[in-house]
Amino acid sequence: MVSLNAYLMLGAVLFSIGAVGVLAHRNALIIYMCIELMLNAVNLTIVAFSRFLNSLDGHVYVFMIMTVAAAEAAVGLAILIALFRNKPTVDVDEINLSKG
Amino acid sequence: MEQVMSSISLSAIAPELVLVACGLIVLMIQAVFGSRFRDSFAYVSLLGIGGAAFLVLTSPGAFESKIVEYSFCDMWVVDNFSRFFKLIFLIGTGLTLLISLRYLDNEAMQHSEYYALMLLCTVGMMVMASAAELITIFLGVELMSISLYALAGYTRSRMMSNEAAIKYFILGSFASGFLIYGIALIYGTTGTSQIPAIARYLAQAGAGAAVLVMGMALLIIGFGFKTASVPFHMWAPDVYEGAPAPVTGFMSAGPKAAAFAAFVRIFMEALPTLQTDWIMVIWLIAVLTMTVGNIIALVQENIKRMLAYSSIAHAGYVLVAFLAAGELGLTSILYYMLAYTFMNIGAFAVITMLAGAGETRVKVEDYRGVGYKHPVAALAMSLFLFSLAGIPPTGGFMGKFYIFSAAVKQGYIWLAIIGVLNSVVSVYYYLRVTVAMYMQAPEKDEDVPAASALSPALVVAIFISAYGVLSLGLFPSTYVAMVKESFLSFL
Repeated sequence: MVSLNAYLMLGAVLFSIGAVGVLAHRNALIIYMCIELMLNAVNLTIVAFSRFLNSLDGHVYVFMIMTVAAAEAAVGLAILIALFRNKPTVDVDEINLSKG
Repeated sequence: MEQVMSSISLSAIAPELVLVACGLIVLMIQAVFGSRFRDSFAYVSLLGIGGAAFLVLTSPGAFESKIVEYSFCDMWVVDNFSRFFKLIFLIGTGLTLLISLRYLDNEAMQHSEYYALMLLCTVGMMVMASAAELITIFLGVELMSISLYALAGYTRSRMMSNEAAIKYFILGSFASGFLIYGIALIYGTTGTSQIPAIARYLAQAGAGAAVLVMGMALLIIGFGFKTASVPFHMWAPDVYEGAPAPVTGFMSAGPKAAAFAAFVRIFMEALPTLQTDWIMVIWLIAVLTMTVGNIIALVQENIKRMLAYSSIAHAGYVLVAFLAAGELGLTSILYYMLAYTFMNIGAFAVITMLAGAGETRVKVEDYRGVGYKHPVAALAMSLFLFSLAGIPPTGGFMGKFYIFSAAVKQGYIWLAIIGVLNSVVSVYYYLRVTVAMYMQAPEKDEDVPAASALSPALVVAIFISAYGVLSLGLFPSTYVAMVKESFLSFL
């Protein structure tokens, strides 16, 4: 049986990839994907904990987080479409009216 | 099963239910009747706010007894602490709705979605104040944040607003990732996500686990973003500058208070055993937040951006109170958040009034001559700015006084000194606006901004805010008595 630590490490690695991706990428859509990756890494962590703690709570949390992630993605894409109508770009470096 | 059923208590979530119902009604009115009953949106929403406030105030034992009432399998708690914060949120939302009436007409954006999002955002904040379980807190945070992302980009034809929304969205959901990861690690170590159960577990098992400390650190990052504390503040100036002015006022008061409510509940109630680990970190964050916020605010030309940095600095003051903890510390957090809601939303009411179509008049230099053309508004603006700077006899002064005396009492002498020095620095940029209003003449008379968003509702909002600021400053004892009743059971 795979140990809890293996799952936690995988979760941590995926979360870090997502976090670095948000900071490093310039394409808004890829940033969205990286945010989803972060949330799914958390889901994996919670499910692993839930399995090893023998508690069902964690499974419910994961459904909540998936719902939140879906809602977030919907609003995020809507915002991107609103922006795209004013300025056809998805590059976050070109979205720079306010500075200072 | 019976036990589960009996713990469902509709009266415990009645204020939230009223707000959700009003939000849905507003959406339905637009869906069924189109924009024919456009004026009713605001009335229905304000009615909902009033109803929710009434339910909060009349719930059994409100501000009289220290009873802590758990429901929904210990996931929901109604105590005076949550009631007090709920009133702050409702005041903030109510004032914002009054401010935005004419503004939305001017921008041709009088739609039901604005009101529905405002109400749902308020529900999210109320969930954060009342949740006794980490996942419930997370759901509250997300309900609040997702509504705010949409509100920040509400004037969707304006590029600035789009930009604010996308920046807020990216950094906000990035922060949510950290928050939920912290919650996951705490759940994993303690085996539960209920705040009282976590406290019991840690009191028994001790708090040595590295995973737990990591979870706590991730929570600090998450809440640091939500309260716009340095070094997690970079989204705030851009978002505050780009979002529609009424929304900026709204999001600098309510959501910040909500984040502090959840922060206090988690750290004081669930994780007090880890205190030695978080005290130094929060000390550092508090000092950085005050100093960076105030110093960068000195050079801002855009008044919304200036108030964004000022809002960062104010989060620093609240963190000082958070560190001081204890009775006095928590009193001052509650008191300060109430005062801050009045003074900041009041200031944004005046900004909204003078901003003009498309928000073109938001520079400090645009305020030259306002003191003679709009004397009442200028007087109110000066009052709010004096209060933000902490000059007596205003609520801001009493709030700061309580915070710094709590810090001194707990032995955080240096923190108090740094805080006082910071509020001296802040006087400079607040007074700059007053000086522009009264002592500088515009090049042409037409250069003085017109009161384009002036409406009876906005005047009412300014008067309520001014009354709040003054009465908090002149008669603090009545409020302090109420705040003292709001102590948590864990004190």
